[in-house]
Amino acid sequence: MTSFEIIALILKLVFVLAVVLNAVPIVIWFERRGSAWMQGRVGPNRVGPFGLLQPVADVIKFIYKEDFAPAQAAKFYYLMAPVIAAVAPFAAFAAIPFGSHLLVGGQTVPLQIATLDVGILAALAFAGLEVYPLMLAGWASNNKYSMFGALRGSSQMVSYEIAMGLALVSMLLIYGTLDMNQMVVFQDQTMLGFIPRWGIFLNPLAFLIFLIAIFAETNRLPFDLPEGDSELVAGYHTEYGAVKFAMFFFAEYVAMIMASCLLITVFFGGYGLIPGMDPALAWLSGVMGFGEAAAQNLRAAVQVLMFIFKVGCVMFFFVWVRWTFPRFRFDQLMHLGWKILFPLALVNLVFMAIVIAWIGA
Amino acid sequence: MAIVVSRKESFLDKMYIPALMVGLKVTIKQFYRTLFQNGSTTIQYPEEKREYSQRFRGEHFISVDENKIENCTSCYLCQTVCPAECITIIAEERPADENPYGVRKEKRPARFDIDALRCCFCGFCEEACPKDAIKLSRNYEMAQTSREDSFYDLDHLKREVKGRG
Repeated sequence: MTSFEIIALILKLVFVLAVVLNAVPIVIWFERRGSAWMQGRVGPNRVGPFGLLQPVADVIKFIYKEDFAPAQAAKFYYLMAPVIAAVAPFAAFAAIPFGSHLLVGGQTVPLQIATLDVGILAALAFAGLEVYPLMLAGWASNNKYSMFGALRGSSQMVSYEIAMGLALVSMLLIYGTLDMNQMVVFQDQTMLGFIPRWGIFLNPLAFLIFLIAIFAETNRLPFDLPEGDSELVAGYHTEYGAVKFAMFFFAEYVAMIMASCLLITVFFGGYGLIPGMDPALAWLSGVMGFGEAAAQNLRAAVQVLMFIFKVGCVMFFFVWVRWTFPRFRFDQLMHLGWKILFPLALVNLVFMAIVIAWIGA
Repeated sequence: MAIVVSRKESFLDKMYIPALMVGLKVTIKQFYRTLFQNGSTTIQYPEEKREYSQRFRGEHFISVDENKIENCTSCYLCQTVCPAECITIIAEERPADENPYGVRKEKRPARFDIDALRCCFCGFCEEACPKDAIKLSRNYEMAQTSREDSFYDLDHLKREVKGRG
């Protein structure tokens, strides 16, 4: 590894970390104000312009609160749970491509922290780690509500991971690769001249299953049973306060952003531009008299913005759904997961396999 | 015996997707209305105050005549009718040199105390008063920092209130 590559890698790491860390308060702000707007209220609007500094005030409050631990808790695991919760979804960002590549001084810098051949598996593996803090927290805090929350959470996440995995496999059949960058390149073309060749248009059923599954995976309403405020106090993080709770809260939103990155990459063309933007950018570069490197860098910058925009749209959808639908009962959740989504995903997978064999033959 | 009412659900109904779409439409409509058409029902309280009806029963006051002398003649009707027993009146004779009204205002309250913390704002005192002396104003901001401040004496009750405030 040359020193150029090391510096580029560090800069990419800092960029991704900074963007995600700053996106979380904005999403939390939007969660609170957006929910208010959907209910005809105003929402927090006193701290800073439009109440944008409200998350900052919340964090300050969390830091100054008493840092307690229940006397009967298993201290080591109790303290470890929020740390894993905060770290695991961050690690998954390493595999996600957020732009094609930059040309700096004649060298190519791919806009992806870890250019892995099995990128999607790595992302899924780290996303799958999210079930551990939940179980650890529920068990270690020695509280029956936490225990119930953890039980529900673990069974829910394990159940929906199957449907999610099968939906993904059907997409992998189409793309024929596990490399997320190549998936985006595949989707960066058009069908019938104007429709982008995105996963959602190729396989809408898989998209629907995947969408429902990531709602369950990130414990969002209508599947927020591990927290289930009305029956379990706060579920698995009942016994957590101050910064430890803040870490869980934070991790939840990072996991949401991670899940929407995955969704975007697989079903919405990742960082790919909307058809029509490519010629426009080429024209702009021509007018400005850019060289090859400058044109590519401009294109990469627009791609990164496009990626952030798409993720923002999915986050909006997350909030929108949360404040629209009521919570499932637990048996309904299991019914949906095992008796509907699982067979549906299997049938879809077989159907896709046959279609691809047909076209390939 | 219970009557079982079962509705036929079509395949589309069982998919739930159209129903979910309707739900999403409702919330996004409200979102748009609140954000862009000022459809919020919130009143930004300290800056913006709610306008109550003219008949609102709030903080008590005693009406005064043109010489700033209270209209109350200590007849004890309000104290008698009060269901919360929050009014305490001590009557006395008005000194002759302070009394330009003759027999009309011979009697006056030496003390007229209302314990606003016990008051239930029923307005019976207002209805009972033959002199229209005790009234309830439209002021609803009666929060105090100490218990004593909520015991209204005659000086407080005789404060100037325009109309019903």
